[in-house]
Amino acid sequence: MAIDRAQVRHVARLARLALSPEEEERFAAQLGHVLEYIERLSAVDVSGVEPLSFAGDEKAGLTLRDDAPVPSLPREKVLEQAPQQDGKAFVVPRIIE
Amino acid sequence: MSRTLSQISDALAAGEVAPEALLEQSLARIRALDGKLHAFLRLTEPQARAAARAAQEPRSKRKPLSPLDGVPIGLKDIFCMEGVETTAGSRILAGYVPPYDATVVRKLKAAGAVIVGKLNMDEFAMGSSTENSAFGPTMNPWDLSRTPGGSSGGSAAAVAARMVPGTLGTDTGGSIRQPAALVGCVGIKPTYGRVSRYGVIAFASSLDQVGPFAQDVRGAALLLREIAGEDVNDQTSSRRPVPDYAAAISKGVRGLRVGVPREYFGEGLDPQVEKAVRAAIEKLRAAGCEVREISLPNSPHAIATYYIVATAEASSNLARYDGVRYGPRAKAGQLLEMYERTRAEGFGAEVKRRIMLGTYALSAGYYDAYYLRAQKVRALIRRDFDNAFANLDAVVSPTSPTTAFKLGEKMDDPLAMYLNDVYTVPVNLAGLPGISVPCGFDNRRLPIGVQLIGKPFDEETLLRLGHAVEPREHEEPL
Repeated sequence: MAIDRAQVRHVARLARLALSPEEEERFAAQLGHVLEYIERLSAVDVSGVEPLSFAGDEKAGLTLRDDAPVPSLPREKVLEQAPQQDGKAFVVPRIIE
Repeated sequence: MSRTLSQISDALAAGEVAPEALLEQSLARIRALDGKLHAFLRLTEPQARAAARAAQEPRSKRKPLSPLDGVPIGLKDIFCMEGVETTAGSRILAGYVPPYDATVVRKLKAAGAVIVGKLNMDEFAMGSSTENSAFGPTMNPWDLSRTPGGSSGGSAAAVAARMVPGTLGTDTGGSIRQPAALVGCVGIKPTYGRVSRYGVIAFASSLDQVGPFAQDVRGAALLLREIAGEDVNDQTSSRRPVPDYAAAISKGVRGLRVGVPREYFGEGLDPQVEKAVRAAIEKLRAAGCEVREISLPNSPHAIATYYIVATAEASSNLARYDGVRYGPRAKAGQLLEMYERTRAEGFGAEVKRRIMLGTYALSAGYYDAYYLRAQKVRALIRRDFDNAFANLDAVVSPTSPTTAFKLGEKMDDPLAMYLNDVYTVPVNLAGLPGISVPCGFDNRRLPIGVQLIGKPFDEETLLRLGHAVEPREHEEPL
């Protein structure tokens, strides 16, 4: 299945990725190639098949843990990792004029 | 450091070797070889020395914490370790120092393991050669011009080169088993839910699983026992009790029923790999296993299914890397532009490709055709295994269709790289346990691995079978 540069640009916007014109071109070709391979799934008979999203222990996660408060990570330790912060919160470029 | 993990564990228990001396041997070996191999991204020497000192007290005074007490262990750089930079092989996490330990790291520390450093990997575990690491590739100890496989290539190479006797990796589509096969060591991908993923940087959450590497099956079993078990911080972790995996090995394999799926011996399989795997199967037959040919008819659809499911989940998991909470931030006047530039500068080509593919598969108008259909085929793949296991104890196949390939050989052809995982991916889609065990060499003296696949939570049978096929003498590279 072919995918054109306009589609690549649209998907890149959804994925919050700024692509260079060279990347747009390369990804259009490479994604097209991979999608072509994936097309084979359309030949598989899946009528009446329930989709499988979890292939683990069905009993996992079914018991609720005790509702006991435990300490969270200290705020300053978490903020330490941020590229920009003011000691109380993460700081981002202005979004409202 | 030429002894296996279980021999080292036994020697420590017997007081024949001291943890501090063992750590020094390990560090010396890493210093001597890592310039060539680039298995490690960074060492954790101060922490390792403190742990070795704590384990140093004579055994007469202090009961060992576990069979890993005093054993040097390496970690794929995907596991958060408090106070130690953790990058997942990506520039977008350069400089990130987690404020907490992953559950498996906490467990290893509690078991007395000596964590010596963080190992190289494909960026966000996306790749089959470790060439997608933002920090340069890892080399195969058997041939430095070739890949050790991936994505846990550093973890595999470090064990094969005897830098450390055991390491941890993660396996989403083969990332433990394939590199284990390509470097000639043992790698286990446990049942989905067997090991906690808390603190493990996520790639595809319905597939990711943590597992051990070691030179020998029993060593890998010792490691698995220490990291497995329920964790309130990972909802998918199973409450089933953790068995004594190493003890199971002594049960032998007589009477076990093993299936050989014909779809795993078809086009694309290197004849030398096939020959070695068939010889391993004969070894099982000679040891008293009942061997029969079976069919897993939907397995040939696994790669296509995987590249929808895994990329869709990855596109969602990797949305968190936005330059706000951690990692570098690109300069930009506006928020949206900041996100787009930070991600453009921080992610490598393969990660971008997979985010794009996953976003596309989930986008309006394509969801049913791709994601929903892939989940249905996934159900068929699982059903094949369920049917097979109604009359079988395990399935045996090659781990990888070829031995280690040249660095650079598949970098321009993403699809060719993906097809490396053709025999390992179905196991992740079905949530089953799998193990790769060395079973010989090709005529270039490159290692070959055999894969054993088991019923959910039946790692014990795989370890028994793995022990029956593993070599009694371990050859050394370099």
